[in-house]
Amino acid sequence: MYVIHALAAVLLLAAAGYLGGSLPGLRPLFGIVLPYAGILLFLVGLSRRVVRWALSPVPFRIPTTCGQQRSLPFLKPNRLDNPSTTLGVIGRMGLEILLFRSLFRNTQAEVRPPARLIHSEAKFLWLAALAFHWSLLVILLRHLRFFLEPVPAWVTALHGLDGFFQVGAPVLYLTDAVIVAALAYLLGRRLADARLRYFSLASDYFALFLLLGIALSGIWMRYFSKVNIPEIKQLALGLVTLAPGVPPGVGPLFFLHLTLVSVLLAWFPFSKLCHMAGVFLSPTRNLANNNRTRRHVNPWNYPVKVHTYQEWEEEFHDKIVAAGLPLDRE
Amino acid sequence: MSDHTPKPEELIQISYRPPERDWLDPAVEFRRGTFCYSAAPRHLEYLGLPNPRSWQPFEEDWKLPPDWRRIILEGLKERLEKFRSFRLFMDICVRCGACADKCHFYIGSGDPKNMPVLRAELIRSVYRRYFTLAGRLLGRLAGARDLTEQVLKEWFYYFYQCTECRRCSVFCPYGIDTAEVTMIARELLNLVGCNINWVLEPVANCYRTGNHLGIQPHGFKDSIDFAVDDLEQITGVRVEAPINRKGAEVLFVVPSADYFASPHYYTLLGYLALLHEIGLDYTFSAFAGEGGNFGLFTSHEMIKRLNAKIYAEAKRLKVKWILGGECGHMWRVLHQYMDTMNGPADFLEVPVSPLTGTRFAHARSTKMIHIAEFTADLIRHGKLRLDPGRNDRWRVTYHDSCNPARAMGLLEEPRYILRHVVNHFYEMPENTIREQTFCCGSGSGLGTDENFEARMRGGLPRASAVRWVREKHGVNLVACMCAIDKATLPPLFDYWLGPGAVEVAGVHELVGNALILRGEQRTTDLRGEPLPAAAAQEAPHA
Repeated sequence: MYVIHALAAVLLLAAAGYLGGSLPGLRPLFGIVLPYAGILLFLVGLSRRVVRWALSPVPFRIPTTCGQQRSLPFLKPNRLDNPSTTLGVIGRMGLEILLFRSLFRNTQAEVRPPARLIHSEAKFLWLAALAFHWSLLVILLRHLRFFLEPVPAWVTALHGLDGFFQVGAPVLYLTDAVIVAALAYLLGRRLADARLRYFSLASDYFALFLLLGIALSGIWMRYFSKVNIPEIKQLALGLVTLAPGVPPGVGPLFFLHLTLVSVLLAWFPFSKLCHMAGVFLSPTRNLANNNRTRRHVNPWNYPVKVHTYQEWEEEFHDKIVAAGLPLDRE
Repeated sequence: MSDHTPKPEELIQISYRPPERDWLDPAVEFRRGTFCYSAAPRHLEYLGLPNPRSWQPFEEDWKLPPDWRRIILEGLKERLEKFRSFRLFMDICVRCGACADKCHFYIGSGDPKNMPVLRAELIRSVYRRYFTLAGRLLGRLAGARDLTEQVLKEWFYYFYQCTECRRCSVFCPYGIDTAEVTMIARELLNLVGCNINWVLEPVANCYRTGNHLGIQPHGFKDSIDFAVDDLEQITGVRVEAPINRKGAEVLFVVPSADYFASPHYYTLLGYLALLHEIGLDYTFSAFAGEGGNFGLFTSHEMIKRLNAKIYAEAKRLKVKWILGGECGHMWRVLHQYMDTMNGPADFLEVPVSPLTGTRFAHARSTKMIHIAEFTADLIRHGKLRLDPGRNDRWRVTYHDSCNPARAMGLLEEPRYILRHVVNHFYEMPENTIREQTFCCGSGSGLGTDENFEARMRGGLPRASAVRWVREKHGVNLVACMCAIDKATLPPLFDYWLGPGAVEVAGVHELVGNALILRGEQRTTDLRGEPLPAAAAQEAPHA
């Protein structure tokens, strides 16, 4: 049911963006104020979030170990899944952030009679997640051509690479197809699986619809409706050079796209999307399993009430003596 | 087991279909067999914990303090500020659901609130309501809900239906660790006196006497003496087992079940035989006579209060280093908490095996090593004479216990030992061992009989893997290194696989069987069963 709320919210925002681009009086609001607000909220919100995480200490070293520890010389330690050095941690985090190592482990478990647990492969979540995130990154980098003049050679090269297959005109970017497919899969999965539907929140659907809206409107502008690219670039450059302006030839469809992007930026730090920054800080992944080698200090470690040996000996004195066990003074 | 316990055929009818009603509306039913009884007030009083009173979870009135909501919310705030893990895990979950079917309780019950994601959402929803802007403004639409008594009851039910096994955190793309969330949730519940007896009685006992069972010093000595006599009868060798002896080289700390429960006891016999054979200069302590630490299932403060005894006693007895026995959660505490909480152990020396000269540099800060590390090193250096044929009546598999696997990575040491002390060793399926091992379903203080149905449900994945290896390889013994496993796996296997189908033993019981002692005369294994013919003949000449 939350899916309706989320879809309605994104459609409403899209409509507002389109309208904002259509009404001359609102164009500066949607073309200048909203993007700046989005960027500002993104930067301030995400910094605040990260600072708040960072201010909470890591009292204990609690890595989740996913392989053999380093102990005896004849047992081979698993340096990446159970790192004991900083280098190993960097490797582990690298695998986690670039390749989603943990998600790759995913399997599906089901119980069949008589009391038999069957595991089967379930790599699609990993594949879709990886496809989505990498496509998003490439698309973001591709967009640098709107913000930089002259366009750096590597951005142009990236365009070439992404359009490698040269399908159609204008050339179809691989990432455009992949990101929509991946988002569609992630959304379809959330809707089709009763279990996921049960715990999904409005914000889970909102994120997917918002990203889909952004991707689809972008695709529409590139492949179907002819938008005024030079003027859009002028608008983008105006924003980054702090000399904003709204050229007359920029159509309402672009405003729709821009509005959804601004909302995404503004909402990002306050939503689950902040996992982008949080993943770097996760204490079960970013600490070395060298607990017995190097002492980890807890900044708020405080003295606690304990039962001392002396109290213990006093309480059980006679029994200790009767059992013939030594007393402390002996 | 009582008469309302469902039969396995009934229990296996698991519906994974989530209910119609929104999970944000708290709903919890305290059905017999699926929860643990409350802690007796005398234990709370002894430990100085808040709100001691008589109450039971299935009663309507939980007799909470009048300002319980304020206490919980302030406690929540304090912990958000003290634990980065907790704050982060409240914020970054994307509800991808990868963890869902990784939880043994979810697999065995189909209850959606046993999915790790939703277990954490039970508390996240409250966090959002009181600590985030979106939650305050949008309420349910942001997945936020008020903290009501019903919500608290739900917390109690589901956070005492998590064994803190960390399996979900292996699969989480951000490493969100439900054990961490459960630990904090239990701390919060403890602030208003909602705790269970199966955890707090051992805690109170351990605090007072030095062990979970409340055995006093003379009882401790009797148990050890009894084992020494028993071992002499079996092997003809009289061993020394000193207690509270100053000046020994090593302090040996084991879970108390080893000297009071079965089949743990045979592992104790195994230790005694091994340590005698190699002539280790060691001592037990009746004061620090418990390696287990149910503080882990109560609060961080309680971990520290109980764990303090180990270093204190090592210091008093002037030992050089500490050796730890076979236990699961004990090793989570010793490995990940002890040094930080009660260290530095600068009065001890880096453990060195007097037999092999091996310096256990990986434990150079805590000065404490696991007996599996110690024994594997002995075997590697050829210091033990072993006849694995003496274990030939067993076809063995190895069950990794959660904490040594996922909070330590002690995976190959026990396997290395097993390959030298048994001839027939078979692994369970890859998805159910090592870091992906399944919990016994009774860890974190939930191994009590009133909770039997929940335990059988939670243990289903483990039992299923054992069934597989039994059908495929004829396995009849599950070796493990966890006191809770040894206590709770036998009834689990009896329930799912049939009475006596598979037995359970500690790794050092099998070591003790295979170990050829100087001067021994034995015809039986440590359980008193006749040794296989060939092995029995060979033994006296060896």
